[in-house]
Amino acid sequence: MATYSHCVGDLAYRFASLKELMAKATPARSGDFLAEVAAASAEERVAAQMALAETPLKTFLSEALVPYETDEVTRLIIDTHDAAAFAPVSHLTVGDFRNWLLSPQADEAALSALAPGLTPEMAAAVSKIMRVQDLILVAQKCRVITRFRDTLGLSGRLATRLQPNHPTDDPTGIAATILDGLLYGNGDAVIGINPASDNTGAVNALLEMLDAIIRQYQIPTQSCILAHVTTTIEAMERGAPVDLVFQSIAGTEAANASFGVNLGILQEAQQAALSLKRGTLGDNVMYFETGQGSALSAAAHHGLDQQTCEARAYAVARQFKPLLVNTVVGFIGPEYLYDGKQIVRAGLEDHFCGKLLGLPMGCDICYTNHAEADQDDMDVLLTLLSVAGCTYIMGIPGSDDIMLNYQTTSFHDALYVREVLGLKPAPEFEAWLQRTGVFEPGDRPRLNDALPQAFGRVLAKVA
Amino acid sequence: MTMNEPSAVVTNPWHRLRQFTPARIALGRAGVSLPTQPQLEFQLAHARARDAVHLPFDLGGLQTQLHQRSCETVALHSAATDRHRYLQRPDLGRRLDLASRDRLRARIAQAPLACDVAFVIADGLSALAVHRNAVPLLEAVMIELRATTWRVAPIALVEQGRVAIGDEVGQLLGAQQVVVFIGERPGLSSPDSLGVYLTYQPRVGRTDAERNCISNVRPAGLGYAAAAHKLFHLMTEASRRQLSGVRLKDETETAPERLISNGRNFLVDSAPG
Repeated sequence: MATYSHCVGDLAYRFASLKELMAKATPARSGDFLAEVAAASAEERVAAQMALAETPLKTFLSEALVPYETDEVTRLIIDTHDAAAFAPVSHLTVGDFRNWLLSPQADEAALSALAPGLTPEMAAAVSKIMRVQDLILVAQKCRVITRFRDTLGLSGRLATRLQPNHPTDDPTGIAATILDGLLYGNGDAVIGINPASDNTGAVNALLEMLDAIIRQYQIPTQSCILAHVTTTIEAMERGAPVDLVFQSIAGTEAANASFGVNLGILQEAQQAALSLKRGTLGDNVMYFETGQGSALSAAAHHGLDQQTCEARAYAVARQFKPLLVNTVVGFIGPEYLYDGKQIVRAGLEDHFCGKLLGLPMGCDICYTNHAEADQDDMDVLLTLLSVAGCTYIMGIPGSDDIMLNYQTTSFHDALYVREVLGLKPAPEFEAWLQRTGVFEPGDRPRLNDALPQAFGRVLAKVA
Repeated sequence: MTMNEPSAVVTNPWHRLRQFTPARIALGRAGVSLPTQPQLEFQLAHARARDAVHLPFDLGGLQTQLHQRSCETVALHSAATDRHRYLQRPDLGRRLDLASRDRLRARIAQAPLACDVAFVIADGLSALAVHRNAVPLLEAVMIELRATTWRVAPIALVEQGRVAIGDEVGQLLGAQQVVVFIGERPGLSSPDSLGVYLTYQPRVGRTDAERNCISNVRPAGLGYAAAAHKLFHLMTEASRRQLSGVRLKDETETAPERLISNGRNFLVDSAPG
């Protein structure tokens, strides 16, 4: 195994492996200190970044960070690598690759063509030597479009997942939040519930409920119950109306095993969902969530830094042509991302790496109450990600998830960022909002002050 | 703002739906943004949750209360020296510091213990939850144990503790089972939620899959008597089957019937609201 070194002044820093180099080049975050893989000093970190910048991209094709023989994610990455797509940048070092990405040569078409030629490790490596503005600039040039009942990822659009969670999965409570969200113009990415119970019967009932609502109001969106993939497979076997199959995934075989999944199960789920043919515009039927730190928390990180592990999860995701992928960036807690600064950077890294690898990347911009973060930090990340062209964000009432006990973006937050940046919902959903009277007629999406007729009728039924 | 000026806030005529969910729906808007009142209400809820995380553990006060109830206690500290380290190093919060280990050993040497269950009270992520709920819950559990032969170890009070610290405490005490009362991660509307974790044959290195959890114990959540009853049931089953965790849960927890509803709600025509 090659060693890496870099001299700063009269001090020579040595890095025993590519894995160590990657970890030490990573901007500081608590999870890497917890894993004891972080640089020991600020200078060592920059020395590692300098050594990494001189490393040829193709090194990542010959030096696997997690052994090929023992990890199916590594095998997936290597076996599906598209050498022809990689050709335009195959001669570059990581540092030159950064320059190329920032240059006008790397336009939308070039980046789309390149995606299958990049490995997650290459994306992670270059992100480590990029500033926040670089992560934004390059991600904004990437375009990833997916479809089920509407079109996500178009330029000038920002979608939202309507997340009507309830601590006991109460149907009326969930319906109340769905109505609130729709009337605030949210829900074009998905109406997606984190169920309180993973019981198949309960999940089936929620699936039926969302299906009935989407059909009755003819909403151009899709539903998802974020149960374990095996529960959703069982629901499909029982004939439940499944639009999207959800699963949390990670970047190593061992971490995925701790989630109770592997590539085979995910493929089985995708095939089952495809066979239902419920999408009207497209067949992107998978929804994945990821997040830095998940591999370490399962003691399945193989000595890798958490951001590189995270990028490897995107290789798993892209194999299944998902409609939606989002990092749940601040959910895991301060032992992985300590404060607002670390959460903001991680969110932008994840979005950048996901987009560069060809994923419809969204972000659950969030924090827990034991992290050093607050609403101001979320506003910063929301605004930056929206400038970067983030595909979708979460939408919940007043930022307060009463089931998962964390704070994410609100229905209002989506309206704010659409207003300041001139962004719109997915076109089919926007048309529905205008048709039903949630939006006023006209080119600029504006909420109607009056209650739309269809929903006024419904409310009249409620005592 | 004068009385004659129209309000800049657009109110939502679906406010009455709040009876169906604790979610923050129908907040209204100023332009597209959160009006001042709900904005500040949110800030208050977050401030309370933050304060709960950083509130120092009143170990002395808790000891006094327990002594008044004739419970012997032992005061311990995890290897996480302060809250800052505790938040970043969960591994340190799972182990006792050296002085605590010595104190516990000294207590055992002083008079040998034979105990079936050890209770550990740790601050976790909300000392507030422990201050409010630990003693009333313990009293309720003692009522359940009254007519039994369960022998209870001295109550261990642990500062800067995580759930798994119960493994080391229980192991040192030689307890068959350990029950940890711990402050859960505070939610915006629940800064004082207490969690209860049961582990059969505690020893360092046990995984979370080997524990059973009862969550959200507080007056506004799961009440003390109900939580104590549930815990006693788990303790009895753990003792009978000589295990705890996923396998115990699978057979004791019945499918939540209430959740297997038909999904009826007011939004769908076929189902009257």
